[in-house]
Amino acid sequence: QSNQESFMNGICGIMALASAQMYSAFDFNCPCLPHYNLAYGLGILLVPPFILFLLGFVLNNNISMLAEEWRRPQGQRGKDPAVLRYMFCSMAQRAMIAPAVWVSVTLLDGKCITCAFCTSVPVDTLGNASHPRLSQGEMKRVLARIPCKEIYDGEEFIANEVAIRYLRCISQALGWCFVLLMTTLAFLVRSLRPCFTQAAFLKSRYWSHYIDIERKLFDEMCAEHARSFAKVCIQQFFEGMSTDLATARCHPPRKAPADAGEAAEKLLGITDQGTMNAALKSWHRCKPPLHLHPLVLPSSNGWAGEKQPPTHPPAPRRETAAYYSRV
Amino acid sequence: MDHFRMIFQYFQSNSESVMNGICGLLALASVKMYTCFDFSCPCLPQYNMAYGLGIMFVPPVALFLCGLILNRQSLVMLEEWRRPRGRRKKDLAVIRYMCSSIMQRAMVAPVVWIIVTLLDGKCLICAFSSSVDPEKFVGFANTSPMQVQQLLAKVPCKDDELMRNNTSRKAVSRYLRCWSQALGWSILLILIIAAFLARWLRPCFNQATLLQARHWSNYIDIEQKIFEETCCEHSRLFAHKCILHFFESMRQEIKLHSFGLPREGEGAEGEEDLLRGITDQDQVNKLLKMWYYEKPPLDVNQV
Repeated sequence: QSNQESFMNGICGIMALASAQMYSAFDFNCPCLPHYNLAYGLGILLVPPFILFLLGFVLNNNISMLAEEWRRPQGQRGKDPAVLRYMFCSMAQRAMIAPAVWVSVTLLDGKCITCAFCTSVPVDTLGNASHPRLSQGEMKRVLARIPCKEIYDGEEFIANEVAIRYLRCISQALGWCFVLLMTTLAFLVRSLRPCFTQAAFLKSRYWSHYIDIERKLFDEMCAEHARSFAKVCIQQFFEGMSTDLATARCHPPRKAPADAGEAAEKLLGITDQGTMNAALKSWHRCKPPLHLHPLVLPSSNGWAGEKQPPTHPPAPRRETAAYYSRV
Repeated sequence: MDHFRMIFQYFQSNSESVMNGICGLLALASVKMYTCFDFSCPCLPQYNMAYGLGIMFVPPVALFLCGLILNRQSLVMLEEWRRPRGRRKKDLAVIRYMCSSIMQRAMVAPVVWIIVTLLDGKCLICAFSSSVDPEKFVGFANTSPMQVQQLLAKVPCKDDELMRNNTSRKAVSRYLRCWSQALGWSILLILIIAAFLARWLRPCFNQATLLQARHWSNYIDIEQKIFEETCCEHSRLFAHKCILHFFESMRQEIKLHSFGLPREGEGAEGEEDLLRGITDQDQVNKLLKMWYYEKPPLDVNQV
């Protein structure tokens, strides 16, 4: 449990750092046009957090576990909605951290809000009192250029630095308020839980951890089973091949001397180039069915690898082979 | 036994070291945040004070709350405080001890922020430049009251066109910075003396109660950790048994449904054991389908 939680916390921390790094690497370019500013500024403020939130869910391994537990038919095991809620809440809490970091860093930096709201600066209070009146549209066009210092041409209405300082002050105030709000919420969520729902929480935590472990153990056991299945299947394939070929070429499978030991076993009855090539070709052209013959004890003649193939009636073949002349 | 002892020692030393580590990291993070933060005073009469004092006091509150959230012991303390009495008495001294140790650790990062802010001086210059007495400074003594407020408000902004080469601006700035740094160093000195006295004089008062409180607060922490570890182990064993049961019941069902199956060898080889009677593609598919559609009940008593 501690391992799983530390791992998830680690991913959460890495995503938060990645989001701060992404912001500093991002080349912010305010369009400095009246209607585009607001769209661009608010877009940069709100769209990446949404993407980061979804990414937080995607990178969380437990999302598939939650979906599986939610959608499975009831069967013999009841479903507990409290467990599902617990899993969803803990995933959502972790996924919220990176977007919150992006929004805080954006607001504290100030460029987005400056870009988005520069047309709403109160020129009357901040600007020079004596300036020629301009039409609304013209004023907006002039104010929209505030973030782009090189092309700003409204010094007589309002100084560029004054406007930028004003907007940045508001942005940073919003940023710090947002940070305070998020920390207060996190604190309340964490501290109210032991006061009200501790017993239910312990139950949900245990069963959500149980579901996770059960799924992992089941996957492990299935992998083990698949391994054994594959081993026996291939073993039976080789035996089948060697017996088939021996019958087709009308000579008995060569008996290894009784003291050949392990090496002979591993050869599985295939001891010459032609047989091996035929085996490889058959493996490609005609894979064996996924059906294992029942396993029997090894027979006493030392052929641990050769079993009686149950699909062929053994007695007649043996009799046929017995009459073959080696001349 | 050795195993348990090692675990105990690890948990005990680990808990306090981890908390001290987090406390230190948070303090470093607060300094780093301050240096990364781009302080820009608005230089407007009504906004300066709000901005300056806001930057000085709002982040510390957020850092304090962060310090409480990141500290695992605060959850343990809350649980101990709110739990029903049951068969174990509640000792308020232990809860008080835990609370005070949590608060002390959580206060480090906010205090570091405030001191760094004061020693740097920008916040106080921004907040109080309009409150300076203009008579003391040559450049501002002869201006009208309306204008003097505007001018004083612009003192923190060095690059403003009005303030660019104004020597009185530098005078005001230096004056406020001097006050700010004096305040910062005084607060630092007072805090260090208080911490020193608290640590030195503590053994003179209630040492026995303190030892008891510390022991039992450690105990509660370790007990909770071990409970969680035991629950983990239990759920692992439970899951293992549950899945083995499931495979077994599948094997029984297959035996019941298929009549023509040849006798399996006695003395099973290792492979057969692992195959658990599932030897066919259809059987495997059926097992996987059953696992999804009908998970086995959470009951391993049916041996």
